[in-house]
Amino acid sequence: MGTELTGAEIVVQALTELGVEVVFGYPGGAVLPIYDALFQQTRIRHILVRHEQAAVHAAEGYARSSGKVGVVLVTSGPGATNAVTGITDALMDSVPLVVLTGQVPTHLIGTDAFQECDTVGITRHCSKHNYLVKETARLGPVLHEAFYIARSGRPGPVVIDIPKDVQIFKARYTKPGTISHKTYKPQVKGDLTSIEAAVDMLAAAERPILYTGGGIINSGPVASQLLRDLAKVTGAPVTSTLMGLGTMADDHPQFLGMLGMHGSYEANMAMNRCDLMVCLGARFDDRVTGRLDAFSPNSRKIHVDIDRSSFNKTVRVDLTILGDVGSVMEDMLKVWRAKGHGNSGHRQADLKPWWADIASWRSRNSFGFEQKGTDQTGALLPQKAIQRLYEMTKARKPIISTEVGQHQMWAAQHFGFHEPNKWLTSGGLGTMGYGLPAAIGAQLAFPGALVIDIAGEASIQMNIQELATAMQYRLPVKVFIINNEYMGMVRQWQEMNHGGRYSESYSDTLPDFVKLAEAYGWKGIVIEGAGDLDSGIQAMLDHPGPVMVDCRVSKLANCFPMIPSGASHTDMILSAADERGETDDDAKALV
Amino acid sequence: MKHLPSERHTLSILVDNEAGVLARIVGLFSARGYNIESLTVADVSDDHAVSRITVVTNGPPPVIDQIMAQLDRLVPVHRVVDLTDWGPHVEREMALVKVAGSGEKRVEALRLADIFRARPVDTSINSFVFEVSGSSEKVNQFIALMREVGLVEVARTGVVAIARGAEAV
Repeated sequence: MGTELTGAEIVVQALTELGVEVVFGYPGGAVLPIYDALFQQTRIRHILVRHEQAAVHAAEGYARSSGKVGVVLVTSGPGATNAVTGITDALMDSVPLVVLTGQVPTHLIGTDAFQECDTVGITRHCSKHNYLVKETARLGPVLHEAFYIARSGRPGPVVIDIPKDVQIFKARYTKPGTISHKTYKPQVKGDLTSIEAAVDMLAAAERPILYTGGGIINSGPVASQLLRDLAKVTGAPVTSTLMGLGTMADDHPQFLGMLGMHGSYEANMAMNRCDLMVCLGARFDDRVTGRLDAFSPNSRKIHVDIDRSSFNKTVRVDLTILGDVGSVMEDMLKVWRAKGHGNSGHRQADLKPWWADIASWRSRNSFGFEQKGTDQTGALLPQKAIQRLYEMTKARKPIISTEVGQHQMWAAQHFGFHEPNKWLTSGGLGTMGYGLPAAIGAQLAFPGALVIDIAGEASIQMNIQELATAMQYRLPVKVFIINNEYMGMVRQWQEMNHGGRYSESYSDTLPDFVKLAEAYGWKGIVIEGAGDLDSGIQAMLDHPGPVMVDCRVSKLANCFPMIPSGASHTDMILSAADERGETDDDAKALV
Repeated sequence: MKHLPSERHTLSILVDNEAGVLARIVGLFSARGYNIESLTVADVSDDHAVSRITVVTNGPPPVIDQIMAQLDRLVPVHRVVDLTDWGPHVEREMALVKVAGSGEKRVEALRLADIFRARPVDTSINSFVFEVSGSSEKVNQFIALMREVGLVEVARTGVVAIARGAEAV
């Protein structure tokens, strides 16, 4: 019948059975019993962060790099509210997490007790699901169900709020068998008739494009391989959202690069001019579509997604296939081959004219930049810094995290990704302060890997306290700060939309990052310009411990190409020469 | 697609009867900017495990589809049915209508109530409370008439609805 355990012991026992190896957290009054249970065991490693938001981002980094569920443990009240940004981030980017929050004892709930907040109320709309567990006997089943919900279907964060008395009281615990929920039953297998229709459309298309996203990463590494197979047999060009980078190898001849607001000219033009768009695990985000009424006006559209609510949300499509994108692509390949389209790569429609169009768009070299001079006097372009960082590290297949802003977009454009799960970035919520804790989480999942947070000097300060966490656990994380002394993306928008009035976007009173790094026990390095870029990167790589690099770059560089808010894919700004200084109020109102 | 004409739809939502479910449903409508014209909820199963929520909403057809998909995504939701699309169904609501007055107005209120098959469920020397049920339109009409004869206040249940015929949703 199972043994009698305290609630806290049930939590530890269930986490162990669920294969949890690492928990990111911060103790406090309402979770002391669970911390006590953790203290008395050795199977689960607890990583003490310095702020609860960072605990969640670290768990996200761990989850996104490893494909496992990230686990967070925080206390009631401020512990839970500090975690909310991370939970929302995980919901927007579909990252599987289980977040355990302490709560005041059940008899005090609703009395405005010390460190009480309505955690389930606050997290109801920023979590995939949440629970308030009021009986110790419910803890075991709820924990197992929470993991099942977090990782199945469209993954997301699940919050479990556990009052302190529930952690103390005892109940019998038995490991449940296979979890099946009475109402929550995500559909994995796609409808075969629809898949056949999709294959027929794909075979007949003269200008097809595969528009891929983070769903392929969430489906597992096999899905990235299936995408590459699908690209091979169909001969279709592939573009990826920010979240999907790495599903196709960056240097694959059929890969057009990232699409969207800061995507490549060829990707956006191909999306606009295609006759068939196959959306695989992406969601027609506003950063991807640009102006909706001008979005790919002459194409038929197929949408494969595991979340039915992603269908027809902003863009009407012609065919929807509900299911896991990996499973659906596997079936598409089978049908393609069965229909005799496949094998030699032979297909019905001739794609040569389409590839000729793409070649002409590619020749614009939209990610191109011109670095003038390599001596100390030539201001280093941020694109160049990232390009060299990529070239000097690619052999080690690094895991890259980012903060949010210009440096994030430059990293997406100029750092080549060749495999899934190597790129950790806050796409949906756009959370500054994500990168350092995410890098810490990834380093814990892959202790031997090279993990680099490409940061901005403003973003890095939002969770700078996590330098201590990396030091405590001897994690050799590298932070590469693209320092232009501005909240660069804010400054860029002020330049383009607000007449160059740089309201509050200058990073004044910056710390000396080298001294700051050293104060935490890290190594600090300054790169002053193009002249010492390579030697600075090499010094970073040569140091076995954590390193923070303050890479000083050109202050006013803008991130191009760019589709301004409210513009269509064909209205890309390719370089500074196309810029406007002011925009009308309709455009200003857009984000 | 927001420019398409708005339609009124009645949705039946079967949910786990547990704390917070109603908040999830209502919060979804407010967070995503959907309209609620009317909402009712009650436990409808023998074992008190399932509640039935009836929501009357309006929006263009793609928005109604999106509402259905979003509701269906909530973990405690068993089933979402758009009764307006489903086919013939019965919609009813009940109102308690308080009227105060004397003399001819009081007599007229009783006469009108009789025509609407509204039943007096409370009376004092200068007031009535009528119970009226039927379609929302009928209830609206009754309330409008009561304004002429001393309407004091109204309490309405909101719409409950069920499909016609032998089949359950």
